[in-house]
Amino acid sequence: MSEESSMDIDYVANLARIELTAEERQKFQGQLGDVLKYFEKLQEVDVEGVEPTAHAFPRYNVWDEDVAVEGFSAEEALLNAPKARSEQVVVPKVVEE
Amino acid sequence: MSDHSEIFSLTGLEISQGLAEGKFSSEEVTQAFISRIKEVDEKVHAFLSYDEDDMLEQAKSSDNRRSTGQAIGPLDGVPVCLKDVISAKGQPLTAASKILENYRSPYDATVTVKLKQAGAVVGGRLNLDEFAMGSSTENSAYGPTRNPWDLERVPGGSSGGSSAAVAARETPLTLGSDTGGSIRQPASLCGVVGMKPTYGRVSRYGLAAFASSLDQIGPFSQTVEDAALLLETISGHDPLDSTSYPASVPGYLNALKGKLEPCKLGLPKEFFGEGMDDEVRKAIDQAIAWYKEQGYEMVEISLPTTDLSVPVYYVIATAEASSNLARYDGIRYTKRSEHSENAIDVYAKSRGEGFGEEVKRRCILGAYGLSSGYYDAYYLRAQKTRTLIRNDFEKAFQKVDAILTPTSPTPAFKFGEKSEDPISMYLSDIYTISTNLAGLPGISVPCGFSENGLPIGMQLIGQAFEEEKLLAIAHAYDRELQYGCKQPNL
Repeated sequence: MSEESSMDIDYVANLARIELTAEERQKFQGQLGDVLKYFEKLQEVDVEGVEPTAHAFPRYNVWDEDVAVEGFSAEEALLNAPKARSEQVVVPKVVEE
Repeated sequence: MSDHSEIFSLTGLEISQGLAEGKFSSEEVTQAFISRIKEVDEKVHAFLSYDEDDMLEQAKSSDNRRSTGQAIGPLDGVPVCLKDVISAKGQPLTAASKILENYRSPYDATVTVKLKQAGAVVGGRLNLDEFAMGSSTENSAYGPTRNPWDLERVPGGSSGGSSAAVAARETPLTLGSDTGGSIRQPASLCGVVGMKPTYGRVSRYGLAAFASSLDQIGPFSQTVEDAALLLETISGHDPLDSTSYPASVPGYLNALKGKLEPCKLGLPKEFFGEGMDDEVRKAIDQAIAWYKEQGYEMVEISLPTTDLSVPVYYVIATAEASSNLARYDGIRYTKRSEHSENAIDVYAKSRGEGFGEEVKRRCILGAYGLSSGYYDAYYLRAQKTRTLIRNDFEKAFQKVDAILTPTSPTPAFKFGEKSEDPISMYLSDIYTISTNLAGLPGISVPCGFSENGLPIGMQLIGQAFEEEKLLAIAHAYDRELQYGCKQPNL
């Protein structure tokens, strides 16, 4: 299990889309290693044949009537946008030239 | 009676009664609490913001309704403040994070709609650990809240602003959210009542999500009666939250009026082992003795999976958080990094700059537990172990009506005591976490003080959707002892 107790922090931070400072990277490496070691308790539990619980009281297929309801206007929806123009959110270019 | 200093000490129901009897107006009440906030919040820092004009406007509307004989119900004109993760249209919602620094809610949460429909004066945004991740409010990007009983100590968390505001008498009632103890633990540390309802009892629509399978909104107050009133106001099925429970809500306040026959209370032996502070134990023993005197039967029960609840919780909660918090991406409604050049940069830099340390730690931990190669060993295994935890409670409830435990292993701790050691901070929720994993309702009721005057709380855990019985058992004690009505010197 020792392999699991250390984490490739750069790989996972990229999965989480969080840029870390060098200081944070070093600090988290140690702290998260401790937390993972603490999680090793779970590996000892006998869960053979046990169904997973996703929700305490599972509910499936909650249907809504297919009717149109009032939504936000473009103006309201863009109130908190960091940059907006012509009723749209402005973002950096995502397509390579 | 229009003396401010008398109004702010009153409970929600006392204010309600005073309004009904014409002793004071909602405007006077609201003004009294605003004055109180101005007087003490510099020390306590329970509030991140409050909109004085908006609150007074709502109070005047309430007074108008009353003067024309159209008062709505017991909450009409009574102030209720919200943890800063619950949406109120036009008001800020920061979640105590820099990333939502300038955000304003474009809509009301369902609980906010329900409070407004009940006539409550809804205002005041209360401090918390960023995105409700923490047990001390030390993770707030806007500075911690201080415990009104000892300003050198934490108020608990994550809903520390919600508990401290009630303890400091800055508002009679507040709402918080509880994912692993975030209502009950701060209630315990601040000497007020705090309740997490059954999962699904209260709509989560408009609550900034942390861990969707665990989060519930719930009330804070001085008394169990007030909690019952606030809970019945915010409960109920909501088509906007498909996990909300489709059943009618009993009148919780009315349910407290009858006399409760003493019943069976379970004492989980795993909770009463190591790690419990001696003074906490003493206060809980006294509460147990009180119940016994009233004819309640104490039954030793076993919850063998107790020591697994913290790791199970942190695997599940961080996984759900890493997924939920993906929405704070710097694109649509969060603060965007000014140093980003391409799309990936916008995400990574906005989140790197906008999130605090604990939020980053948890998002990374959650992403790890869900990542390829680790999913089965962590997330799936945690979900299976969660089933075992639920089964333990089911077995226990075949023998008892409710479970009695301390809420927190210690009274309020000092700032900095646990903030650099995540695991010791995580363990301060050891008595509350399993309730969330099993989806059950839990309430923290003040049950005494330590020798140096710090509040201690007792937790009662009930069966799913049986809040009526749970509140009645809690009220039986609280009506007599009323520790939550004691007021700190500020």
